[in-house]
Amino acid sequence: MNLFSSVRRDLATYGMGYTLAVVLTGISFVIVFFHLLAPHPAFVMILILALVQVTVHLRCFLHVSFKRSAREDLHLIMFSAIVIVLMVGGTFIILFDLQTRMM
Amino acid sequence: MSGVGEPELRHAGLTLEGVPPLNRAQVESDVFGFWAFLMSDALIFALLFAIYATMIGRYAGGPTPGQEFKFHSAFWETALLLTSSFTYGGVSIALKHGAKRRWIVLFMGITFCLGAYFVRMECHDFTTMFHDGATPERSGYLSSFFVLVAMHGFHVTCGLIWMLLMGAQMAIHEIDQQVKVNFVRLGLFWHFLDIVWVCIFTIVYLHGLQR
Repeated sequence: MNLFSSVRRDLATYGMGYTLAVVLTGISFVIVFFHLLAPHPAFVMILILALVQVTVHLRCFLHVSFKRSAREDLHLIMFSAIVIVLMVGGTFIILFDLQTRMM
Repeated sequence: MSGVGEPELRHAGLTLEGVPPLNRAQVESDVFGFWAFLMSDALIFALLFAIYATMIGRYAGGPTPGQEFKFHSAFWETALLLTSSFTYGGVSIALKHGAKRRWIVLFMGITFCLGAYFVRMECHDFTTMFHDGATPERSGYLSSFFVLVAMHGFHVTCGLIWMLLMGAQMAIHEIDQQVKVNFVRLGLFWHFLDIVWVCIFTIVYLHGLQR
């Protein structure tokens, strides 16, 4: 019965994820390869593109979503994200502060 | 296949249809445990990225990324890993809908070949860099670069070995629930490595090639 449509829906999810990933990656490489932007704005731009791409991967390949995921899984992912932000941010603050003091 | 009205298995991974309801709690806790491992791994990678970021520009008179990185090899490595993530999607879909074993073997074989070629390209990059005198002990920048990128390469190699083990498991056992859960775990691991690579090609390769 609807096995076929169910397969098609899953294929569409992965296909959409792959297409978006290819497009986002392509834009990043084109920006850097052809020097379309000045170095600083270009880096900000590719960082934003990478963030969007990570979201696409989580959604389409790892199937993380607010609607379907189990609550504990989402809590775990969000808790880890907070820990990562704190630890990476803390590393930056301490090391760059040390650097300015040593100058 | 399972009924239409049956609720989907609610974990943040692949939905397995046809799993008996009594086993669902077990499957969910198995996959949750693997998510806990993935998140601790994400923490390791995040801190390696942080160290790398603080080391940008610390070349100690040694080779700079602009001299050492090759645009085309970063591009092809990215293409290989992205495509392998997509072909692993084929494995997941084949498993979910109870396709014939040869489909699973086919998609996993393609994924394995793409991953293996990625590792080969990365090893080639590293040997070229070593040849140019860009070794980990040359500067703080290169130390952090090799720890970060080689850590990812090591994970990909583990993923490849895991695929071989899954091939053996499939040859010995039926594709029962335990084998399916192992495939789900491998899929999460493989897609997770792709996310790490997105950060690597952006922060390490593209940023390095800009200068």
